[in-house]
Amino acid sequence: MSAALALLTRDVKLAWREGGAVGVALGFYLVVVVITPLGLGPDLNLLARIAPGILWVGLLLAALLSAGRIFDNDYEDGTLDVLATGPLPLSVVAGIKCLAHWLATGIPLVLIAPLLGLLLNLPMGSIPSLMLAMLAGTPAVSFLAGIGASLTLGLRRSGLLLALLVVPLYVPVLIFGVSAVTPYVTGPNAIWPPLFILCALSLVSIVLAPLAAAAAIRNALR
Amino acid sequence: MPLPPSVSLAAHDIACERGGRTLFEGLRFALQPGEALLVSGPNGAGKTSLLRQLAGLLPLAAGRLEAPGADADMPIAELCHYVGHLSAAKSAFTVRENLAFWADFLGEGGGDLAGALTAFGLEPLADLPAGLLSAGQKKKLALSRLYTAHRPIWLLDEPSVSLDTASVKQLDTAIRDHLKAGGIAVVSTHVPLKTKFAHQLTLGLERAA
Repeated sequence: MSAALALLTRDVKLAWREGGAVGVALGFYLVVVVITPLGLGPDLNLLARIAPGILWVGLLLAALLSAGRIFDNDYEDGTLDVLATGPLPLSVVAGIKCLAHWLATGIPLVLIAPLLGLLLNLPMGSIPSLMLAMLAGTPAVSFLAGIGASLTLGLRRSGLLLALLVVPLYVPVLIFGVSAVTPYVTGPNAIWPPLFILCALSLVSIVLAPLAAAAAIRNALR
Repeated sequence: MPLPPSVSLAAHDIACERGGRTLFEGLRFALQPGEALLVSGPNGAGKTSLLRQLAGLLPLAAGRLEAPGADADMPIAELCHYVGHLSAAKSAFTVRENLAFWADFLGEGGGDLAGALTAFGLEPLADLPAGLLSAGQKKKLALSRLYTAHRPIWLLDEPSVSLDTASVKQLDTAIRDHLKAGGIAVVSTHVPLKTKFAHQLTLGLERAA
């Protein structure tokens, strides 16, 4: 097995095995989405209108909750030291670990989003565009989280700082993610421009985030 | 991935700075294949920092390192096995899974899992989660990583800590076999080992004086 594949499968396996990652993210997402209608009252039209926004905000928060784990555990037990002496450049290691976060946490969150949409009276017709938008946007969510996770390495209780660093970077993803589900302009092709922008955001973060994360990790290993 | 059999390691006037304080400077040594370097010195003298510099984890404040005999494109870090104070083991994985990952990652497909499991006698524990291991067993797990892939330079930071007498002997033999095969070892330890160290380096003398 190649080094890259070995690292990817190990990280995905760990995320599922250690429980705290995937289960907590999914549970948190469920809780956020369930309590929102309770707070807003039984206005079905209002719920349907704000459902995409709530689903996106919940997804971002749930992804952030598990973001610290991308590098933290490996930093604390010395694994990052050994990974840094491995055959892969550190930026590739960082990229693979973000990709593993997307596979282990991002995709499950996207998959339960339509189910949670039912709780928010999301129109059935919006589900395909919601799924597409989330699939296109969540790689950016995981890779940007990787930047925050690497910058906060070695700090205790870094979760809040991580959120402060990363949430501003999520703003474009959130705006275009919601507008792909409820387009601001009407027309038969209105969902495509925001979807393409989401793809672009993901591609840019996939290229740039590993470089930034690798630099931050190097600094933390000193 | 076969590595060149005879790699040497030379340090030219390297210096280390931590938090604005110079730990050591003008350090030089040259290790031929089959030679070992013993690093000693009081706590805080920079033994760990030196090993981390050799592993490419800490930048050199001055000087340079070279590894004649190795592929010029290959960073020195990739010729080294670094075993530090932390075990780099995942508690959720079994001993076998931990070593299998390192064999795949460090060995790039050519790793030796079976050899790593037997090297320090971890075979009976292979299916136990690493989280249940004792401190000494965890150390052995970290040391077994040396066998998952062949690398000519071993950097061992206090490898005998929390090992029992029999295991220290095993470690001693392991280092000697590695040297006999033309490898290089840089070891920092306070425990006397039977291994013949061709070079010795004592850090922190000038500050103690």
